[in-house]
Formats: sequence, C-alpha cells, structure tokens
Amino acid sequence: MSILIYTEINKGKIKKSSLEAVNYGSRIAAQLNTTATAVIVGDADLSDLGKAGATKVVKLKNDKLANLDGQCLAAALEQVASNEGASIIIFSHDFTGKEIAPRLAAKLKAGIVAGAVDNPVISGDLFTVKKNVFSGKAIATYSIHSAKKIISLLPNSFPVELNQGTAEVVDFAVNLDAINSPIKVKEVKKVTSELNLPDAELVVSAGRGMKDPANWGMIEELAKVLGAATACSRPVADMHWRPHHEHVGQTGIAIRPNLYIAIGISGAIQHLAGVNGSKTIVVINSDKEAPFFKSADYGIVGDAFEIVPKLIEAVKKFKANQ
Amino acid sequence: MKILVCISNVPDTTTKISFTNDNTTFNTAGVQFVINPFDEWYALVRALELKEAQGGNVTIIHVGGVESEPTIRKGLAIGADDAVRIDGEPNDAFAVAEQIAGYAKDKGFDLIMAGKETINYNGSLVGAMVAELMSLPFVSMATKLEIANNVATIEHDIDGGTEVVECALPLVLSANKGMAEARIPNMRGIMAARTKPLIQVSAANADKLTSIAAYELTKGRTDCKYIDASTPEKLIELLHTEAKVI
Ligand SMILES: Cc1cc2nc3c(=O)[nH]c(=O)nc-3n(C[C@H](O)[C@H](O)[C@H](O)COP(=O)(O)OP(=O)(O)OC[C@H]3O[C@@H](n4cnc5c(N)ncnc54)[C@H](O)[C@@H]3O)c2cc1C
Ligand SMILES: Nc1ncnc2c1ncn2[C@@H]1O[C@H](COP(=O)(O)O)[C@@H](O)[C@H]1O
Repeated sequence: MSILIYTEINKGKIKKSSLEAVNYGSRIAAQLNTTATAVIVGDADLSDLGKAGATKVVKLKNDKLANLDGQCLAAALEQVASNEGASIIIFSHDFTGKEIAPRLAAKLKAGIVAGAVDNPVISGDLFTVKKNVFSGKAIATYSIHSAKKIISLLPNSFPVELNQGTAEVVDFAVNLDAINSPIKVKEVKKVTSELNLPDAELVVSAGRGMKDPANWGMIEELAKVLGAATACSRPVADMHWRPHHEHVGQTGIAIRPNLYIAIGISGAIQHLAGVNGSKTIVVINSDKEAPFFKSADYGIVGDAFEIVPKLIEAVKKFKANQ
Repeated sequence: MKILVCISNVPDTTTKISFTNDNTTFNTAGVQFVINPFDEWYALVRALELKEAQGGNVTIIHVGGVESEPTIRKGLAIGADDAVRIDGEPNDAFAVAEQIAGYAKDKGFDLIMAGKETINYNGSLVGAMVAELMSLPFVSMATKLEIANNVATIEHDIDGGTEVVECALPLVLSANKGMAEARIPNMRGIMAARTKPLIQVSAANADKLTSIAAYELTKGRTDCKYIDASTPEKLIELLHTEAKVI
C-alpha cells in the first residue's frame, strides 16, 4: 500500500510543485512505514523523483493521455491505485491537480483536502490536515474520515529537498478503451518568456498607482533583474493594462512567493487575500496611510517613479557582486 | 439550450473573519452573504448572455439551508429563470456534488457551470466532482465560452498558459475571470425575482467524507520596517542579509 504521488514534467524537467508533492508523500510514507510511488506521463530525466524520495516511478502508457485529459487521467490513476493497493494519493494543488484530484476523489469516494499547507497528523485511520480557507484569512484543520484519502498540496508550502535516493522506473499500460473524451484541444498558448506566476519565488506586483500601462516598463525591468514574475491588482487587469492571468487576490489567483513586492497598490482586503501567504512582503507606496503597510515586512513611503529606478540599479549592483 | 449554474453562498469579500464555539464554527453574526463572485460574475452572467443570444433556460442550483434564499433571489434578479435549493448541508464538497449530480442527472442540461472556487472553502472541487459523478467531460478555469451547433469552444487557463478546446455538449465547466463582465440587477429584475420559481428539494443521503475540526486566524505581521525613500538600496541589502529571500 504505497503512497501514490501524481507528478508532471515541464520543459523536460520534473515540475517543482511535483517535487514538493513527492517530498510530502514520502514524509507520509515514512510515518506509515511504507514507500512513495510517483506516477508520471511522458518522458524526461526522472532521477529527481528518486532524489525527492520516491522509490518507484510508474510511467503511464496510453496515447489518450498525451493531452492530460482529465477523464482519462482520473481513470488511469484509479487503475494504478488499485494495482498498487494505494489508498493515499497526493497531488499538487496546481492547474492539473485541480482538474484531476477532485475527479479521482469522486471516483474513489476518497475524502479530499485541496490546498493543504502542512503535513497531515495521522492517528490510526484518521488524517487531519490544515489548509487555507476564507481566501487565506484563516486556516482550517480538516479531518478526512474515509478510508481512501487524497491531499493536494499548495505549491510553495515547503522547500524542495533532494537527497541521494534512486527510484525504479516501471511502465504501466493503462486501459482506456471505455473512455472517449469529447474534448479536443485546438490550440495551446504558452506564456513563454515570463516566469509562471503561481510557481514564482519572487514576484514584483503593481497597481493603479502606476497610473498608465505605459509606465510598466520599470516594473518589468525590476522583475527581470531580480528574476521575478510580474503580477498586478484587479483594477489594473480589469482596465486591460495587464493580462488577466497576472491578477492576484481573492478573485484572481492566490500566490505565496518568498518575496512579494507591491508597488502602488493600496492593500485592499481582497488583494491581501491573495498574497498574505507570501513569506516576505515589501510595500512601496506614496501614501504613508496606505493599508498595505500594516501587512508588510518592509515599507518604503515614497514615489514609485523615483524609487523603482533606484531599486533596479541597486539590484544590478547586488547581482554583479554575487 | 438548458443551462444549470451552481451557486454558492459566501461571506462578502470584505468580511472580517471570526470564529465561535471554541474556534469550531464560523461566526456569521453581522456577516453579509453574497453569491460567490466566480459563480455570479462569470458563470451566471455568461449563461444569461448565451441564453439571450440563442434562447433557452438558465436554472440556478444551490445546496444549503433556507438562510441562503436571499442570495438565490439575487441570482434570479440578475436574470436566471428559475432556481432550485437542495436543503442540505454545504460543508463537504463531495456531499454537495452528490446532491447536484443527483438532481441534474435526468434533467437534460446541456451545460452545467460552476465557479472556479468558492471564496470561503477555496476548494476548486465541486465542479469536477459533479462531472465525474455524471460521467461528463469537465473543462476547468474557463475564461471564454462560445457555443454553436451544440459544440462549445472554450478557452481556459492551464499550467503556464491557456488552451482552446472544443467539446460537444453536454459538459461541465468551471468559470474563471474573463468569461463575462459583472451585471448589477436592476429594479425590474428585482421585482421579477419575487415571483420566479424557487423550488426546494430535500437532500438525498450523501457521503460526508471530510469535516472541519477547528479554525484559526492567519497570523498577522509584526511591525513593518521602514526604509527611507532616499536610500532604497538599503532594501536590497536587507532582503539579502535579513529576510534571506534574494
Ligand atoms: C468582490 C470584490 C473582489 C475583489 N477582488 C480583488 C482581487 O482579487 N484582487 C485585487 O487586487 N483587488 C480586488 N478587489 C478590488 C479591491 O477592493 C481594490 O479596489 C483594489 O485592490 C485596488 O487596487 P489598487 O491598489 O491597484 O488601486 P488603488 O486602491 O487605487 O490604490 C493605488 C495605490 O497607489 C498609490 N500610489 C499612487 N501614486 C503612487 C506613486 N507615484 N508611487 C507609489 N504609490 C502610489 C496610492 O497611494 C494607492 O495606495 C475586489 C473588490 C471586490 C468588491
Ligand atoms: N453549496 C453549493 N451549492 C451549489 N453550488 C456550489 C456549492 N458549493 C460550491 N458550489 C459550486 O462549486 C464551485 C466550486 O466550489 P468549491 O469546490 O467549494 O471551491 C463554486 O464556485 C460553485 O459554483
């Protein structure tokens, strides 16, 4: 009854959020005196899965899985779980995780905690797991009552740890003859040059205080020299100054980078809901009464148009001395 | 076209969260409840736009107690034709999905829409579960939806980008920002909502697989450390030496 962990490849490498999930699953496996088995579709260097704690990697084989279709993947995972005798399955709470984990949960009648932020406390057959609720304003301790359990881990909740381990890789032919998914992929538009915001460890974000989309050059420049992703407040996305996928907050995406720099953002409660899980928050705002300063670790009161160019220079100097 | 929109009843986004009964219960005293923004702004409004353009019927469905009825009425005021309230407890995603799927299974809906996630439980679960329980395809995080000749063309968010898919109806989707612009109910809508059908269905037996044992508030931050605007380079130094994030 090993612990199963669903993992994914991005640009030829195991995704960071998948490695976090394997670490997480192998910690649970250690507590239960069992092993961690990673499940994957596609080809890449899989050695990091062993280093993250999996002792076995199951490669799913079936042409219908090429587009990671949710119906097919959930059915495939059900077959692996049954084959491995696995009753505990771990996902990352990322885009595919949100699509497949609940499908699999409904199939298996497994209780699911989606977006866990801590290791489960295990007492016999009962798992209790913490997750953010009320858009990050609170944390709830969930009990999972069912025998089968699914936990999807919120990305960036734990740093990735790699050791010397190796994993045996086995192919698994999935039978998907009964499923004919009507979903046909017509076009995939990847955001190429930019860093993927939900995975980013450093984020530079700006709001209405930037006054005009033409002023975003310095925001992008600061992000670039730091190696950070860019984000924005909701009105900025609503006015089409920035793309929708950059909108963070209660009605955008929730992120928890190591560093969140908020420039010209007032700090409305709905904005904070999406970013207050960040480890360090820097606020740059010309209004010393801006509510965001109450949720900041570091603050600079002043005009972004003067401060940001100076920060860009300071980062360049810092990087040059590294 | 028959569209079913799943709506959840959530505390207004500005609510200050607190708990009672030894931190086991969300304190609803003085809390204003609204339709979950993703369900209202995106799913419901896009459903209404499609109906207005192509004809059909938009039903809203909610699993919850009688206290949710004002929220359901608001959905009717925005323009839904009728509403169903399943009188069950909405505190486990699977149980909610079982109720919705159980009701919808023999009603012939062409399209079932949920929101991306609720702003109270933040699960992103119910839509996908309804799809699985009904053996239907599911497209998550839809940002654009067009329907022609019984085929939906949907743009949706995926890891690191977006994808355009085509899918024959029926299907289930979850709605994300971009699908439509919010609508404010007008007086006529509010008046009409009073007489639109809101039927109550008793809950079937559902499996509650999880429960919440306790809550705690997220810890706030200690005092903000201010850096003088004339020496912003000091910030970069502190981020390196003190916060250790760069
Ligand atoms: C139901 C609901 C859901 C919402 N969801 C979200 C959400 O998910 N995400 C979100 O962000 N918002 C959300 N909002 C909106 C939120 O309430 C705020 O209106 C919004 O976050 C404000 O954006 P802002 O800080 O960019 O703009 P503003 O509030 O206009 O603030 C601009 C800030 O820039 C500062 N500034 C101006 N000039 C300068 C300068 N030269 N240098 C430095 N600083 C300057 C100002 O002092 C001010 O603090 C939601 C609202 C509702 C009602
Ligand atoms: N009690 C409920 N009644 C009807 N629909 C719901 C309910 N709870 C959640 N939903 C729908 O499912 C979506 C996702 O909810 P959740 O899985 O809780 O994040 C919501 O946006 C709603 O569309």
